[in-house]
Order: sequence, then C-alpha cells, then structure tokens
Amino acid sequence: MKILVLGEHAHGKVKDSTLATLGAAAKLGGDTDLLLIGSEAQGAADDAKSIGGVAKVLVAADAGLDHELAESVAPLLHRLMEGYDVLLASSTTTGRNIAPRVAALLDVAQVSDIIAVEGPDTFQRPIYAGNAIATVRSKDAKKVITVRGTAFTKAERGAGSAAVETVDAGVSNGVTSFVSAEASESERPELTSAKIIVSGGRALGSSEQFHALIDPLADKLGAAVGASRAAVDAGYAPNDYQVGQTGKIVAPELYVAVGISGAIQHLAGMKDSKVIVAINKDEEAPIFQIADVGLVGDLFKLVPELTEKL
Amino acid sequence: MKVLVAVKRVIDYNVKPRVKMDGTGVDLANVKMSMNPFDEIAVEEAIRLKEKAGATEIVVVSVGPQKAQETIRTALAMGADRGILVQTDDEVEPLAVAKILAKIVEEEQPQVVLLGKQAIDDDSSQVGQMLGALTGYGQGTFASKVEINGDSAHVTREVDGGLETVAIKLPAIVTTDLRLNDPRYPSLPNIMKAKSKPLSTKAPADYGVDTAPRLETLKVAEPAKRQGGAKVGSVDELVAKLKSLGVVA
Repeated sequence: MKILVLGEHAHGKVKDSTLATLGAAAKLGGDTDLLLIGSEAQGAADDAKSIGGVAKVLVAADAGLDHELAESVAPLLHRLMEGYDVLLASSTTTGRNIAPRVAALLDVAQVSDIIAVEGPDTFQRPIYAGNAIATVRSKDAKKVITVRGTAFTKAERGAGSAAVETVDAGVSNGVTSFVSAEASESERPELTSAKIIVSGGRALGSSEQFHALIDPLADKLGAAVGASRAAVDAGYAPNDYQVGQTGKIVAPELYVAVGISGAIQHLAGMKDSKVIVAINKDEEAPIFQIADVGLVGDLFKLVPELTEKL
Repeated sequence: MKVLVAVKRVIDYNVKPRVKMDGTGVDLANVKMSMNPFDEIAVEEAIRLKEKAGATEIVVVSVGPQKAQETIRTALAMGADRGILVQTDDEVEPLAVAKILAKIVEEEQPQVVLLGKQAIDDDSSQVGQMLGALTGYGQGTFASKVEINGDSAHVTREVDGGLETVAIKLPAIVTTDLRLNDPRYPSLPNIMKAKSKPLSTKAPADYGVDTAPRLETLKVAEPAKRQGGAKVGSVDELVAKLKSLGVVA
C-alpha cells in the first residue's frame, strides 16, 4: 500500500496535526510519502525529512500553492494520487477544505475524521456529535481519509531520514484568489496540541471578565485558552477558541471547564480529555456527569483562589 | 442572480441520539427531525442576498425521504421561492448528493450555491467541496461573511488560527459556518403562503446518479462511557486532587 500524506507546515516546521496524521499512516502500514506545498515548503522539508515513518518528502514549492486554496491544491493531489492507494489529510480546516474536493475528482467516497484504523479499509469515526461511533469499510479502490489528530500518536522527529524530491506543482486556478488573513494573536500554546486547556463559558458574563479570570489561570498552568460556543457567540472570546462539534476537537491531559454547562455540542469537542475539571455554580449542570473533579460554587471567587493556590 | 440552497432533514440538534441495540445505526423512529442548523444559516444567507444584493430567485433542494418535503416547506416559509425534492428512502452518501446537486446546478445555472458546512448527523463536511470539484466552481467553505461584488464573491472563512478572506469568481459555492448569520423564524402567514409555493419531486434516477453506497457501515456503537468523578468542597481539595492525579505539579 502506498500512502500520500498532505502535510501542513508553518515557520519551517511541520505542524503537530500532520505528525498525528503520520501516526495514522503508521497504523495503516505501507510506504508513506509526505507532501509539502507552497513557497516555504523547501524550508519545512529539512524538518520533515527527519520524521519517523516518512519514506519520501515531496516538495511542491510553488507560490501558487500558498494559502492552500483547494482549487489549486486538489488538482495536484488528484494527479499525484495516480501513484498512491491512500490519501491522508488532517481534519484541520485545511484538510477538510481540500480532501473532499480530491475525493470527488477521484470519484471515491471520503472517510471523514477517523479516530481508529481497524484494517487496511476499515475505520472508526464519530457521528452524531460523538454520540455514536461508526465502523465503516471503504469499498473504493483508492481511499481519501481525514484524520482526527487527537486520536493518534504523533510521529517522532529525529526518527527518520527521508529523501527529498521536488514535484511539479502545475497550478492553474482561474476561479479563486487569496485576499487577506487575520490571525488571532496568542502567545499561549495552540489549542489542539496543548497539554492543558482552560475553557470559559457564558457564565463569565463579559469579555473583560473572561480575560480577567481565564487568562491568569491559563498562564499559571501554561495552558491554552478555549471557550464554549455560547461564550464565543456572546463575543467573550474569538471564534477560533471554540471547543466543540462545530469548533475544535481537543484531548488534553487536563481540561478545566469554567462556567460551562456542558451541552452535547461542547462535550463532543472535549470528552476525550484525560482529566476533566468543572467549576460551575449549578450542581445539576451536565458537565458534572463527565467531570473527574467537580467544584460547585461562584466562579468569580473560586477561579482567582485557584489561580493563587496553584 | 439565482441562488441554489441545499438543505438536509436531520435529527433535531437538541435530541440526544440513541444507538440501536443491534448496532445497525441510530434509532430515528419517533424522533423529532428538523432542518440541519447549518442549512438554516444557508437559507437565511440566500434570503439576505435576495434582500440586499439583488438575487432574483431562491431554489431549495433536498435529497431524502418524502418527509424531507417538510424541510423544504420550512425553507419556503423563511423566504425561498421554489423547491426540488429528490426523493429516495436510501441513505445517500455525500458523493452521490454532490453528483445530484451538480446535475441540478447544470439545469438551474445558479450564480451562488449555498450549503451548510456539515450535517450534524453524519458530520462528514464533504458535499460542498465535492460539488466544487464536480462543477469546477470555486468554493468558500466555513464562511462567516459573504459579499457579492459584481462578478465575484468575497468570502471570509473561519480557519484554524483566525479568519481568511478569498475572492471567488461567480458562480461560486459557499458553505456556511455558525457565525454567518442568525436565521429568521418563519411567520405564520409565511408558513401558510409556503404551502402554495411550487415544489417538484424527482428521483436520483432522473439525474442518472447511482446512489449505491461506497462505504459499508459495519457497526454503530455507543462511545465508551465516561464516569463522572466526585465533587470536591473547596479549592484546596481541588488543588490536592489535581496534584494526586499528577496533572499539575
């Protein structure tokens, strides 16, 4: 079996989400090549070639592939897939944008967001916001799969020595162009790869209180900051903080839910965390049904106290 | 400018799904069904394009059972003009839905196709992108803002780490994210009016699309149950507990 992994990179480094996707490739078994795209791909190839389990690093260093527009990347993947049996992409917004476009070009079904590999064509994936786990078998000759990063062990750097090869990008995209990007600034760890996450909900009441309470606790723990959909919709936190079915799926060692009731859509994004702590004034809140440690009380008193005592 | 909107009838998002004892799927008998929440946002955006940007007609499509008519009627009551139900009792995978939609796009020639970013039942998030591949149109996925300027659409997308804006030449495909808008509720008079709006019924075979599944579902199981732990009485106890669990130093 020949596997192609669509790599994502930034600042000369392969992203953690891609390392996890390579972990899924290792479970599948077979020769795995990693594709890096964009004008900075050559720089990231130095990092990529030392990653364990990578047979070859393919570099398509064309500026036309910057910003990873699906209309530019999908035809390239479609062409490269002539030589591969499986395409793996991460379940990031990039992977989820590009992979289905490739699947349709190949006329195959896509298996989205797998959490386990049961065999060369059999996978587990969550459906209904994680309330059910489906085991599916793909009957297509070629497979296109996106991988939930938090479900797989990351491939290790320094465990490999892959050859680097350039491939022709052949970009022709007459329909879309990049206009601008607005990054939300954060010096904290990235949400999906953080070991500890402190997440705030609607009970915080305002953006000021969200930052006044959640940020110091997160800084004390070296944690990333997350938020429930209610907190994001109320404008207390930016969109990309959102943890849940419609936001990010996380599975840190420790998840601290502050003022979050625990709606299904939120639980779908964090219930695989190792230890869950909930602080909420409503002792009937559903979050307490899954929390390992619960503390009932006024978060405006408890959170500063917790920050101080840690 | 014509706008095509795809809607799906799914389990209501407030209902906790129950896995069938025999492991064949989720029990949908006698369960409340509604329009997929992301599709409501797509319908709302289509109506706003009509109100502001001069869209002339909104066509709503659904692929599903006879009862998906109700979902189309809801969209008509919100303000869409005409419905097409592609009726089938089989479960249709995203690729086949995209193929049916591609045929309808060819027939109807819309300038904008709006879909939800994912359905909350299969959580696939594929149809819009696949439709992009089949039509060759540009795709603005996970949209939180859509602006039509002449012959192109500026779509602001919610991506990991922030926002990104792309320009897409019309005709374009847009899939909606949560923050694009707040869908309106249909008023009673509009619900009554929607009953007389045209709704045609077709079959997948009318579009020459084979809906045979490419994925075989071997089993559907409940996720491993998480046992809630004890509650503690004070912050000191909480800190002690966290230390004993080894998650904080």
